[in-house]
Amino acid sequence: MFDSSSIIVGLEIGTSKICAVVGEINATNGLNIIGLGQARSRGVRKGEIADAALASEDVRNAIVEAEQMANAEIRSVYLGVTGNHVRGFNNHGVHPVVSADREITIEDTQDVVKNAKAINLPIDNTVVHAIRQLFQVDSQLGIQNPIGMYGAKVEVDVHVVHGHVDRLKNSIAVVRGLQLEVEEIVFTGLASALALLSNEQKELGSLVIDVGAGATEYVVYSDGIIKHTGVLAVGGDHISNDLAYGLKVPLKRAELLKIEHGGSFVDESVKGKTISSDGELGLPSKIINLEHLRRIMSLRLEETFELIETELSSLGLLDRMRAGVFICGGGARIPGIQILAGNIFQMPAFLGKTNSISGLKSALDQPEFATAIGLAKFGSLQQKRRRVVNLADGIRKTITEIFTRK
Amino acid sequence: MSDQTERLEKPAVTKKILLKVFGLGGAGCNAAGFASQAGFDGVDFMAANTDAQSLEACVAPAKFVLGANQTRGLGAGGDPELGRAAAEEDIEKIRSLCDGADIVFLLAGLGGGTGTGAAPVFARVAREKGALVLALVTLPFEFEGARRQLQAQSGLQQLKTHADAVICLPNQKLFKMLDENTSVLEGFKISNALLADGLCGIWRMLTQTGLINVDFADLCSVTRGRHAASFFATAEATGDKRAEQVSEKLLAHPLLDGGQVLNESDSLLVSIVGGPEMTMSEIHKLMEPLHRQCENAHIIFGAAIDPAFAGRLSVTLIASRKRQEEEPPAFKGLLADKLESMQFLDTAVQEKSTSRFGAPPPELSEEKKEQIMRGQTRASRKKLSRMQKELPLEIIFKGRFEKSDPTIRNGEDLDVPTYIRRGVPLN
Repeated sequence: MFDSSSIIVGLEIGTSKICAVVGEINATNGLNIIGLGQARSRGVRKGEIADAALASEDVRNAIVEAEQMANAEIRSVYLGVTGNHVRGFNNHGVHPVVSADREITIEDTQDVVKNAKAINLPIDNTVVHAIRQLFQVDSQLGIQNPIGMYGAKVEVDVHVVHGHVDRLKNSIAVVRGLQLEVEEIVFTGLASALALLSNEQKELGSLVIDVGAGATEYVVYSDGIIKHTGVLAVGGDHISNDLAYGLKVPLKRAELLKIEHGGSFVDESVKGKTISSDGELGLPSKIINLEHLRRIMSLRLEETFELIETELSSLGLLDRMRAGVFICGGGARIPGIQILAGNIFQMPAFLGKTNSISGLKSALDQPEFATAIGLAKFGSLQQKRRRVVNLADGIRKTITEIFTRK
Repeated sequence: MSDQTERLEKPAVTKKILLKVFGLGGAGCNAAGFASQAGFDGVDFMAANTDAQSLEACVAPAKFVLGANQTRGLGAGGDPELGRAAAEEDIEKIRSLCDGADIVFLLAGLGGGTGTGAAPVFARVAREKGALVLALVTLPFEFEGARRQLQAQSGLQQLKTHADAVICLPNQKLFKMLDENTSVLEGFKISNALLADGLCGIWRMLTQTGLINVDFADLCSVTRGRHAASFFATAEATGDKRAEQVSEKLLAHPLLDGGQVLNESDSLLVSIVGGPEMTMSEIHKLMEPLHRQCENAHIIFGAAIDPAFAGRLSVTLIASRKRQEEEPPAFKGLLADKLESMQFLDTAVQEKSTSRFGAPPPELSEEKKEQIMRGQTRASRKKLSRMQKELPLEIIFKGRFEKSDPTIRNGEDLDVPTYIRRGVPLN
């Protein structure tokens, strides 16, 4: 068995499935995925726990499977959180430089970050992430590290992801109930972006859309930093639900129809076509109009993307994403979804590949696993950061890191 | 109207009112022809068109070609400017035709060339001659295209400034009255018949002195300043249950959107004509549901007895909706003043010929402005409350999201299927 302290586990409690990814840090400080466990999720709606007992059982199954595959004991996890209550916004902090010669010191940067983090949240909300963005010295923008520079005023933006405290606690409680430690909670959209995007793509500017079953998360990277995050509690479940209603079939069959015949467009090939879904599983046979099926699906998908597009365009972010749109999550399985996204966002759109992880077995490179893999990667980055502290060389760099990131 | 002029001029003697009906353009001529055969007494029918050929086919007793020099009798080709120019050319002739008329009806189909262009000219001339001008116009079908709609709208705007009252019949609403197999010819025939019906109803309303009289001023007070949204409907019934039947017919009338228009209208003119045996309780039975439909509306009500209507009951209803984007308040105020003066002095009618369109709207005192503004806001508030109807029983299907927190974005519940919210039909 591996030393349990060296493994990193990402756990995503999703609406359709629960996924645990086990990774280990290799000799080159990269992350190797050594195990993956998943279980069908029954206790989650729209990304949030609806039935703690069922969810707990499913999490246990997933963890056990992952432990078996990785041949390791899981003690702690990085837990993904999402839901309609999770929101992201940018906050600005300003700090005047106090020293006589106006050289910016570590203390100045600490103070300005502290100022930026002093935010007014709704009373029941708590910060999930506070991610430092670029500094600004006087009117000079885009400074990575202002220490040693001269100026009268340092400013910084912090991107804050926050959520409702009780709802976050719900998922933490499920994991704790299984005698597992929660190292950190991570916004799932952020995790997906970590798994999908290379540094270059972050630099160029990208939009990651994770179309899950219960919720759709989106994260905007630009100039290498997070510009915007958001959650829309609409996902694959909604499509199935729409189909069940529109085609008058049971939810279960709607789900199957979605997977077998789904698509993002009403194209010529389905016009006027019908299929007869046969009566297996004791369901009576029924004639389904394919055109209607596609129309219902495409309308829902279009709307979802349009809502995101409207939000991003109102923030003026659309022009800043030059690498394009990357789609992951179960929704990425819908044929043609990247074309639809490309049409709506008016930029190249791709299905996201989790290629930023080294040594990943190709079997694991599935859009559904992006979040869990990203969670493991998030964990590895956190651990790396901790480990770096202990190393004797590069102390100067470390100190900067600690103080600026903290 | 009748008693008005009478009272003003020769209180003791009954003066015959001279009514003239002008059908303008293709649609107007057809309608005028149709109506002339329905047999109104004391009404002069006149058809005017730029297209000599189609005028030839018209059955109206009197007709003349408009703008023979301008168009050479070949029609206006759908150009309202040409239609207007043609009418201007024959302005002297129009003037002489309007001579002595007390009320001038204009029938026209808006959207084309002649009707759209000439109707405002006719209205202006008739007003200058001291007649009261009432225009009954159709608006084009939607399939006739956006251009015609646009022309119709601008024609309507112009007509509104020149006529005392404009009542519209949006042809599109006819679709609800037609079945699948109705031919185009029949469709337009029905449109004409409706115009003629409306004409007949209004004519009766104005000429017959009733138990409870409705006169032209009443008509104006309903339609004035609200022309764009004046609707009319007529209904008739016989037998024991006629009162109930008539009100049922009215509430289901397609031109009133099945009673929807009544909900939203803020003034209503109801004129009932019945035989000598008409009872008070019948009037009550008829009016009650109407009152319930439009509680806040200003209802003007008239009833007349006509021996010819023995055993029958006929109702003409004109409903008007105020629109916010209607003409500026100053203009309304002026109109009101004009009408007031009209009530008392015949000379006022003559004075009118110096015409209101030449003069700029009068300066309003702050007080008056405020009063108008207040009136408007009150009206809009009233309208809001009128719009508040009983909520339909609507079971929104949310399926598996029934018990979860609704996902609301921009006031929309995203859990409801998109195609339902967007109203995309799945046939």
